[in-house]
Amino acid sequence: MVVCKTPRLLIEPSLATGICPGCGYGIIKRLLAEVLEELVIDEEAIGVYGIGCTGYVTRHFDIDWLWAQHGRAPASATAIKRLQPEKIVITVQGDGDLCAIGCSEVIHAAVRNEKITVFFLNNGIYGMTGGQMAPTTLPDQITTTSPQGKSPELAGMPMKMTEMISVLPVAYVARGAIYNPAEIRKTKGYMKQALEAQVNNEGFSLVEILSPCPTNWHMTPVKAMERIKNKVVPYYPLGEMVTKGGES
Amino acid sequence: MAKVIMRGNQALAEAALRAGCRFFCGYPITPQSEIMEYLAARMPEVGGHFVQSESEVAAGSMLLGAATTGFRVMTGSSGTGFTLKQDAISWMASYDLPGVFVNVCRYGSGLGQSTKAGQDAYLQATKGGGQGCYRPLVYGPGSCQEMVDLMALTFEKAEQYRTPVILLSDGALGQMMEPVELPEYQEPDGDKPWALKGKGKGKGRRLISPQRTDPLYEQHLREKCAHIAATEQRWEAVQTEDAEVILVAYGISGRVCKEAVRVARAKGLKLGLIRPISLWPFPTKPFEQVVETAKGFLVVEMSALGQMTEDVALSVKCQKPVYLYPSGPTPPKGNVILQMVEDILQGKLKEVF
Repeated sequence: MVVCKTPRLLIEPSLATGICPGCGYGIIKRLLAEVLEELVIDEEAIGVYGIGCTGYVTRHFDIDWLWAQHGRAPASATAIKRLQPEKIVITVQGDGDLCAIGCSEVIHAAVRNEKITVFFLNNGIYGMTGGQMAPTTLPDQITTTSPQGKSPELAGMPMKMTEMISVLPVAYVARGAIYNPAEIRKTKGYMKQALEAQVNNEGFSLVEILSPCPTNWHMTPVKAMERIKNKVVPYYPLGEMVTKGGES
Repeated sequence: MAKVIMRGNQALAEAALRAGCRFFCGYPITPQSEIMEYLAARMPEVGGHFVQSESEVAAGSMLLGAATTGFRVMTGSSGTGFTLKQDAISWMASYDLPGVFVNVCRYGSGLGQSTKAGQDAYLQATKGGGQGCYRPLVYGPGSCQEMVDLMALTFEKAEQYRTPVILLSDGALGQMMEPVELPEYQEPDGDKPWALKGKGKGKGRRLISPQRTDPLYEQHLREKCAHIAATEQRWEAVQTEDAEVILVAYGISGRVCKEAVRVARAKGLKLGLIRPISLWPFPTKPFEQVVETAKGFLVVEMSALGQMTEDVALSVKCQKPVYLYPSGPTPPKGNVILQMVEDILQGKLKEVF
């Protein structure tokens, strides 16, 4: 009986992933490999990834990849999909990349209803640069640029990009988490539906995934997962926000 | 093919289409907008793609993505908008990705003057306005016909050297109407070795800058730039052999200077013109031939401070004086040029180098 199998898209499993212990990106990377394999779309897939730790999701991941300018993956993906509509074009972006510097690009890709799929990995912090405050950082959260805790008065409340996009007539929008096996399974389902929306030519699809960053949250991996369940999810509720149920 | 009357911007756009360009993205900005308006209508007719981007920055990133498909792709802008595209140019250079950036230059820093032509994007274009070391080829057409003729060359050179290439037009050339002869259509071809097409039955490929993977990247870049500098110089020389003073001007100013040479010669003044067509590489070769015989060089351009003067001084290795007529936001005047030439000959004009 097979109890554990490495997806065939994750090559060189013995090499370093670059991912910190307890980071959620390893789980998300595996889910992405599984859904691309299960939908048998990896041969046509072109991934566009942002600046930051999302690059680790693409490491030793056997599809074609383009490393985009910071925040601009949806703009580059737009052109790739327009010129090659038969390809499956995805972006993998963190919350700093997508909500801050790339805010405009993702919104307008959604407005144009580009037939691309955005995977939005939200850990509420700038991980790669050492834990600075992001637009998704929760109130009172201590980061290197909010040393007294994030002040809603000065920095505003956390940005709800997924909700903002969900008011547009796009194909599929959902938010998932990965803090326990049940949520991991649900999130995988969202990712699959988002890609199916692209396969069926329905339009723009986006899945936000709440992910822990124990290193920059200064927590154990278990505490970081608990924090998502107890503190992050109440502000960022989980579930599907836009579905077209296969209609195009 | 019979000649047709076309506005410069539209002639450029039609020539790009005929060179096989099948993707254009851009953001409205005067005096470039006619290029995007023309291609918004024409691209769908040939099965191509037009995207009006949400910003100049996004247009640059769209072009980067488009270039990864292997097709011929182009964007256009002007002034402040072109500045916002510098990051994409630097990134495409770092990826060895070909693509064409048109700058229909308007005058001035900051907002500038949208309805005034300018030639003060020369340094930004030729020295690289983005981060790091890279050198896009830059062409400066002097007429609508030359704009058409350079368009196909621009795409060819972009692919040959796998680099972004800049076509530096200006508001006057973009808006003027002239008879042009258009070339035949080239078939678009996205089947290129650098293109990302999905891995298919092969292995996944990552487009990553060779500066992160090639230990000899710097040497390869130096060799590539040296090769381009040696082999890709283009210019027009007008009566330079016996000239005592040689005008140096590109684009719209080059036209005025050509007429000034004609008038000067009729008066018995030994005036010549070197009109650079490639701005990078700067055409140093025509200067080698005349640096001994000419008494001085007068740079004529629509800027405030003079942007091409250093390149001219370096081309003559500072052996002869270089003078400047910076005409600002109005085209240079023939009578001013002739007066300055007489002043140079009488030793009354101060050189800048």
